[in-house]
Amino acid sequence: MPAAPLLEVDDLRVAFRTRDGVVNAVNGLSFTVGRGEVLGIVGESGSGKSMAMYSMMGLLDNPNATVTGSARFEGTELIGMPLPKLNRLRGSSIAMIFQDPMTALTPVYTVGWQIVEQIRTHEKVSSQAAWKRAIALLDEVGIPDAARRAKSYPHEFSGGMRQRVMIAMSLACHPSLLIADEPTTALDVTTQRQILELIRDLQAKYGSSVIMITHDMGVISEIADRVIVMYAGRAVELGGKSQVVRSPRHPYTWGLLGAIPRPGQRGQRLATIPGLPPGPHDDQIGCPFRSRCRFAMDECSEMPQLRATGEAADHLDACWLSGDARKSLRGEIA
Amino acid sequence: MLFVAKRLGSALLVMFAISIVVFLIFFATPGVDPAARLAGRGASPEVLSQVRHAFGFDQPLPVRYVLMMDHLFVTRDLTSYVNIGDKVVPQIMQAAPVTLSLVLGAAVIWIVLGLGGGILATRFRGSVVDPIIMVIGIAAVSLPAYWVGEVVNLITQDRLHDSVFSWVPPLGYVPFAQNPGQWALHLLFPWLTLALLYGGIYARVLRAELVTAMGEDYVRTGRAKGLSERRILWRHALRGSLSPVVSLFGLDLGSLIGGAALLTEVVFGLPGIGKLTWDSLQNLDLPVIMACVLYAAFFVVAANAIVDLLYAVIDPRVRRA
Repeated sequence: MPAAPLLEVDDLRVAFRTRDGVVNAVNGLSFTVGRGEVLGIVGESGSGKSMAMYSMMGLLDNPNATVTGSARFEGTELIGMPLPKLNRLRGSSIAMIFQDPMTALTPVYTVGWQIVEQIRTHEKVSSQAAWKRAIALLDEVGIPDAARRAKSYPHEFSGGMRQRVMIAMSLACHPSLLIADEPTTALDVTTQRQILELIRDLQAKYGSSVIMITHDMGVISEIADRVIVMYAGRAVELGGKSQVVRSPRHPYTWGLLGAIPRPGQRGQRLATIPGLPPGPHDDQIGCPFRSRCRFAMDECSEMPQLRATGEAADHLDACWLSGDARKSLRGEIA
Repeated sequence: MLFVAKRLGSALLVMFAISIVVFLIFFATPGVDPAARLAGRGASPEVLSQVRHAFGFDQPLPVRYVLMMDHLFVTRDLTSYVNIGDKVVPQIMQAAPVTLSLVLGAAVIWIVLGLGGGILATRFRGSVVDPIIMVIGIAAVSLPAYWVGEVVNLITQDRLHDSVFSWVPPLGYVPFAQNPGQWALHLLFPWLTLALLYGGIYARVLRAELVTAMGEDYVRTGRAKGLSERRILWRHALRGSLSPVVSLFGLDLGSLIGGAALLTEVVFGLPGIGKLTWDSLQNLDLPVIMACVLYAAFFVVAANAIVDLLYAVIDPRVRRA
C-alpha cells in the first residue's frame, strides 16, 4: 500500500435521532483507499455502506442525522466541510454514480447538456469545447453514434446505456476517486458484466481510485483489490480480495460466500444465513451477528474489535473465534 | 410540428362537438319551446306557428343548427329573444375585453406571487418562512371573492377614501384604448383581489411539487456533481415541477375568461362576460346564453390546447405521445 492514502476514513459514525432514540446507521467505520486502488464494500441492504459514502460526501440531507468521525481526502477533512468548498470537490475530485440510472439523470435535459453542465461547473471552458468533450466521453463509454445520441433525453436510453452516460458524466472532470453505489444492481446480468468491465477498463486507463459498493460478492471478486465486509454499520472483515474471497475468516463472510450458487452444485440446497439482520433499535452491545451465528459463544456479548487473527497482518476481522479453529469450523457450514 | 397540428385539430373537433351539444340542450330539449317564450303567455296557436316559422323553429334540427352557427359566426346578426333587436355578437365583443383585462392582469400577479411564494417556501424549508407563506396561501385560498371584494371596496371607496385611498377611482371600467392609466387604476384592486385568491393555491401546489422533486435521485446526482443548491432548485427541480402548475393555470385561465370571474366582476362593477352570462341566464335569453357558453368553451378548449403544447416544451417525454 502506498504511504499516503488517497482517502483515510477513521471512526466514521452516522447517528439518526428517531422517536425511539438514537439509531446508529454507521458505527465506527475505519478504512483507507490507496491511489489507483479499487476498494469493494460488501454487505446486505441496510448495513450502512451507502450511508457511510453519503455522509462523507455531505449528501445526507436528513436534519436528524449527525455525522462524526473523520474522512480525510488528500489530507483534507471532508466531515463538516462547508458546502461551497465541498461543492468544488464533488464532481471534480470525487465523483459518484448511483444504483438506479433510470432516475439519476434529470429527465428534462439531454444527456449531452447534463455532461456539459458537469464540465462547466468545475472548469472554465466554452460550451462548444465542453460539448465536444461530452461527445468524446460518450464515445469512450461505448455509446454508439455519440454525436447524435448526446442530443437525446435520458428516457430514450436503455438502463445499461443510461448507466454508461452516468459513468461518462462522472469521469468528465477526471476524478481521483470514483464512488460507485451499487452501479450494477438495477441492470440485467449481461449488462452488469459490461458495466463492470467498463469501470475496470476506465479505472486502469485513468488510474482513479474506486470505491465499489455492492451486495454482490461476484462483483467484488471481479473488480476489487481490497474488500470490506460490512454488517449492521460495522466492518466485520477487511482484507485483500483473494484473502477475503479464498480464505474468509468471519462467519458472516462464510455465509455470504456460501450463498453464491456454483456450477457443479446442482441438486444441493443453496446455503442461506438464517434470521434477519438486527433492526436499528435492537441493542447495540456485543457482536451484532451473534443472534444469527451458529458459533456464538459467551464472549460474543462483548463487541469484538477488528484485528488480525490469521497469518496475514493486513487481513482483519471482528470475531472472538480462535484463529486456528476457523478452517474446520467453516467446513461445518459448507 | 405534427404534434402542434394534431393538438389544434383535436381542439377544433372538441369545439364542434361542444357547439352541437350546447345547441341540442337549449333548442331540442323536449318541453322547452323557445317559440312559446317568444310569443308570450297565452299566445294563440296561430301566433305560435307564426313565430315558429319566423324564427325557423319549424325546420329540421340539422338545418336549424347550421342556421344558428351561420347567424353566430358568419353573418354575426344573431339577435336576443328577450330584447328583440339586440345583436348578441356585439354584446360579447363589448364584454370580452373587460374580462380579458381583469383576468390576464390578475394572472400576471398571481403567477408572480404563486411561483415566488412556492420557490421561497422550498428554499427556506425548515425555517419559519415556509410555514408563514403556506398559512398565508391557505388563508388566501379560503377567502370568498365577493367578501374580499366587498371589504376592499369598503376600505378603498368608503372608510379610508378621504385619506389613504383618495386616489382610488370609483368602480367601473375604462377601456385601455381610451386611457391606459385609468384602465390600470380602475382594475388595480380587482386584479389584486382575484390574484390573492389564486396565488395562494399556486404557491402551495408548486411548493408540494418542488419538495417532492428535491427528494428525487437526480437532485442527489446534481449535488454529487458539485452544483449549487440554487442551480439544482432553479434548473433541475423547478422545470419538472412546473407541469402541474401549467395545467392548473390553463384550466383556471380558461374558465375565468369564460365567465368564472363573475363574482369579482359584479363586486367591482365590471361589465364583463360573467356579468353578461348571469344576466342572460336570468332572462333565459337562449341566443345570448348559447353564445356565452360557446365563447366560454372556446377559451377552456384553447387554454387546454395551449397547456398541452407548453407541456411538450417543458417535458420532452410528452413530445412523442
